[in-house]
Amino acid sequence: MAVMTYLEAIRETLRQELRRDDRIIVYGEDVGVRGGVFRVTEGLQAEFGEQRVIDSPLAEAAIIGTAIGAAVNGLRPVPEIQFSDFIFPAINQIVQEAARIRYRSNGTFGVPMVIRAPFGGGVHGALYHSQSVEAFFAHVPGLKVVIPSTPYDAKGLLAAAIQDEDPVLYFEHKAAYRSLKGDVPDERYLIPIGKADLKRPGKHVSIITYGLMVSYALKAAETLDKEGISVEILDLRSIRPLDVEAILDTAKKTGKVLMVHEDNLTGGIGGEVSALIAEHALFYLDAPIVRLAGPDVPAMPYSPPLEHAFMVTPEKITEAARKLAKF
Amino acid sequence: MAGSDALYGLGLDTTKIETMYYYMVLSRALDERMWILNRQGKSAFVISCQGQEGAQVGVASALDPTVDWVAPYYRDLGVVLYFGMTPREIMLGQMAKAEDPSSGGRQMPAHYGHKKRHVLTGSSPVATQVAHAAGMALAFKIRSEAAVVMTSLGEGSTNQGEFHEALNFAAVHRLPLIVVVENNGFAISVPQSKEMVVADVAAKASGYGMPGIVVRGSDPLGVHQATSEARNRALKGEGPTLIEIKTYRYTPHSSDDDDRSYKTREQLQAEKDDDAIVLFRQWMLDQKMWDDEREKALNQRVRNEVDDATDYAEAAPYPDPATLWEHVYHS
Repeated sequence: MAVMTYLEAIRETLRQELRRDDRIIVYGEDVGVRGGVFRVTEGLQAEFGEQRVIDSPLAEAAIIGTAIGAAVNGLRPVPEIQFSDFIFPAINQIVQEAARIRYRSNGTFGVPMVIRAPFGGGVHGALYHSQSVEAFFAHVPGLKVVIPSTPYDAKGLLAAAIQDEDPVLYFEHKAAYRSLKGDVPDERYLIPIGKADLKRPGKHVSIITYGLMVSYALKAAETLDKEGISVEILDLRSIRPLDVEAILDTAKKTGKVLMVHEDNLTGGIGGEVSALIAEHALFYLDAPIVRLAGPDVPAMPYSPPLEHAFMVTPEKITEAARKLAKF
Repeated sequence: MAGSDALYGLGLDTTKIETMYYYMVLSRALDERMWILNRQGKSAFVISCQGQEGAQVGVASALDPTVDWVAPYYRDLGVVLYFGMTPREIMLGQMAKAEDPSSGGRQMPAHYGHKKRHVLTGSSPVATQVAHAAGMALAFKIRSEAAVVMTSLGEGSTNQGEFHEALNFAAVHRLPLIVVVENNGFAISVPQSKEMVVADVAAKASGYGMPGIVVRGSDPLGVHQATSEARNRALKGEGPTLIEIKTYRYTPHSSDDDDRSYKTREQLQAEKDDDAIVLFRQWMLDQKMWDDEREKALNQRVRNEVDDATDYAEAAPYPDPATLWEHVYHS
């Protein structure tokens, strides 16, 4: 057991996995000599060589397209897209190819591949280094999408994603890389994809969220606890597949649901979660479902006041949960 | 026939020559039957190999189906037959039946895939398979396996970014990859002059520091030779090769197209005068390795195989609607 940052947990998991299975390869822009622009893959090329930790040309469709071919041909590729904002040139390969290959071949071919991509804002990244893109992919059957919220989960979800026989998108919040620290066991362990985690039991309001927002929600819950408002927090961990049972359980328990994500409001995961609750647990609700999300503007601006205005913060979560508790 | 002199030195014996001819004739006959089924209302969609059989068999015959893989495109009936897909398997896909090995009737016809026969599953968005083939070749290289990957596409698809990205990736990593462009002159209705400025698609290879070879599809032995050389280069670790095959499409783009609006009948006739199948047969006759009797026997054999495949596929059951939900994820 060691205390690690979120970033170190990802790096050490990659190292452990590369040691465990020589079919695993890591590649992307700058992941080799430089160890990635965030240093996530630092030291891996030195240990595993250029054949397994590959500096690729700057071309996202080629990175993902070749990873698909390598996966079909027996490797377990873990390609990195340097920023999730730059995943779009590869969307044809991810959605039309990786997601559909098992289905279109009637189960003959599969694509065991993990696409890692840093996402999220609040880091002065502006429009094209701040985006949350998970909802685009959560819409697609054939893909799995996981977003860890702690160093512990970062390890267990990454190992599970690499072990998975299907394509998994693994989104890492950039603001979490160095700000989140926690205990991470040395041994390998898997966190099942599709299982949510009840981070904090509560009685009055349920906050359903994922990724960096989990830690923000925990801060909000502490504040509200002092006011006598008991907040339950469900960390989705996977946004496809969703843990429907856990979502309905918490909705039924508190009767008040606040859905939180940094991704844009419209078409975000909050809409899907809300629909599930409306379909299956409507008469347990004591208040309308509330969605707190990134605003419906095209992307996050650079200038600090504008960036701050976009971001979902612990304060905004506190305010929304307080209001809902009093409904 | 152009290129016939190349026979000597190619290491091809009479059996191999006859095998190549058989697959060209079989491809054409199966394809013609698909159109009949389509016009009879028994098959909703056809996309053809007709006119490109010499290119396809010339390429496939230079590969080793026991170790090599192909990531073909939708016209490559000749390639997948040569790699061992049977006429029955082809017709099962054409009729969207449950037993279709490519997709269990899920994909449109001609979206081939067959793991045992080393045929990668393909899609409709063009040129995506070039990146897949490069990735497969990367795996061969990492494992130090003596095998190559051949991927093919039309000339129109070489305008896609993925074609260029994949060529560059394969060249940088010196991958055992052969990229074959079957240039039939049209991207559906758009002629090559409106698709690109260069006269030869092969010229695009120079931007990636790899050889770009031009051969004629009406010369299957020349195609075979070019492919064979590319394969040797790949196996020696010298990287990928781009082969452009100048060929023809004798049919509309698909059964839903009408090529009379963009191709004159005079041009079509000129193309048919350069038909690889006709020229190859004449060359075999000239070489005294073929005669009318053998031609008749071959045609009867092919006719029987096409009839059998048609009957088998027509009688085969459709997929059970309950299977709609299968294979979304690994189970």
